[in-house]
Amino acid sequence: MIKFENINKSFGKLEVLQNISLNLEMGHSVAILGPNGSGKTTLIKSLLGMVIPDSGQILFDGKNIKNEFAYRSEIGYMPQIGNYPPNLKIAQLIDMMKDIRKGKKEGIIIDEEIIELFKLKEMYQKPLGTLSGGTKQKVSAALAFLFDPKVLILDEPTAGLDPLASELLKGKILEEKRKGKLIIITSHIMADLEELSTHVVYMQEGKLKIFKELEDLRIEYGEERLGKIIAIFMKNNFEKTIA
Amino acid sequence: MKKTIKYVVYDIIRNRFVIGYTILLLLLSISFFWFESDPNKGLLSLLNIILMVIPLVSVIFSTIHFYNSYEFIELLSAQPMSRRTIYFSQFLGLCFSLGMAFLIGVGLPTLIFDGSMRGLTLVSGGLLITLTFVAIAFLASVITKDKAKAIGVALAVWFYLCILYDGMVLMVLVNMADYPMEKASLLFSALNPMDLARILVLMQLDVSALMGITGAVFQNFFSSTWGVFISFVLLLLWVLTPVFFGYRIFSKKDL
Repeated sequence: MIKFENINKSFGKLEVLQNISLNLEMGHSVAILGPNGSGKTTLIKSLLGMVIPDSGQILFDGKNIKNEFAYRSEIGYMPQIGNYPPNLKIAQLIDMMKDIRKGKKEGIIIDEEIIELFKLKEMYQKPLGTLSGGTKQKVSAALAFLFDPKVLILDEPTAGLDPLASELLKGKILEEKRKGKLIIITSHIMADLEELSTHVVYMQEGKLKIFKELEDLRIEYGEERLGKIIAIFMKNNFEKTIA
Repeated sequence: MKKTIKYVVYDIIRNRFVIGYTILLLLLSISFFWFESDPNKGLLSLLNIILMVIPLVSVIFSTIHFYNSYEFIELLSAQPMSRRTIYFSQFLGLCFSLGMAFLIGVGLPTLIFDGSMRGLTLVSGGLLITLTFVAIAFLASVITKDKAKAIGVALAVWFYLCILYDGMVLMVLVNMADYPMEKASLLFSALNPMDLARILVLMQLDVSALMGITGAVFQNFFSSTWGVFISFVLLLLWVLTPVFFGYRIFSKKDL
């Protein structure tokens, strides 16, 4: 479904992505892990066409995404920080998104479950500038799921949400996963990722270090918990570089 | 694109700053027309205010707006939408909002108190100046990485066009006073949108006699239909060039 082929990207001297190749299929739920500044967000942004790779190509459904935008009607994206025009009301933002997406894809389905779950309708008339960080996060989540997209890209979806909202959102993600969608998540909360993902991508300093099924990793390392697995991997890796 | 513009405009016109700016312009223009018995003088004072305030407000407000909507631009770029639509809807949204502020604040009183050709020249010149500086602000925003730098660049351009340029031209003219500089000064003024707008209005006000031989050359050129046409085309170019280069850069920019 999504294929990264030898992606390179540097910001000045800093090489953020180095020769990344990945192949993600429908039904996968991919956790992207890595320390801060390892290139996770850049990888996601290059898939969305926000960052343009220096070399290599990204194929979406077999088509190169360079200079394309129509493919994004199949993607729901929830950014790390959602800042919206402060004077627009929630209702207007949602209407606007519907307006934009209308006619871009045939037989568009509107999925307002998140709006219901987070009781956003009660806040529809509030300007976005007055919302708290958590509420903005809820709006971002609502927008990501609104158009029933094939691919969901969630950048730190649960950071900043209260425990109840976080559970509700995770429930929704699992439901979409069962429908066979491709889900890409970055997070620093290992417990969440264990629950949600089938595959693990581990990045460090712009390089792809691991891309495996979670179950395979568990067998390989003889550990149940993802946090432990990553810790062992990092330790081994560190010792290798020292030696 | 129209839909997105609608929401961009909706967001901006609810901004208190734009409302304040409109009221300030309205008060200024009404007081100039009321307190000056001669509408010629009223227009002249208004022209000077317009040429200082409007570029400054347009350039600063647009730069700040661009960076404040940066996350929103990011959000739009994750939607099935081309960079072109995103860039031009932001640009046209700002042009529309600041243009309306100017038309209500200056255009309306000018046409009411002085509905002549010179009033119309002032209003259309001011409008084009507004658009020019919105365009310059967008160019400054896309070539920089953060808000402070963008405002710095935008202010530098404003300072150059509004203050430095005239000083430099004056220096050249004084130093080269022995040579016939009338044609050259015509060229100099064409290279600065502020001068173009100013001269266009001055020519309508019959004060060119104060400008000596240069004034006569200007009068000849800018009073002819052809001259007015060329100046408006030049002013339009001052809008389109930065917008175009801004778009070229934006379409390849990493958000």
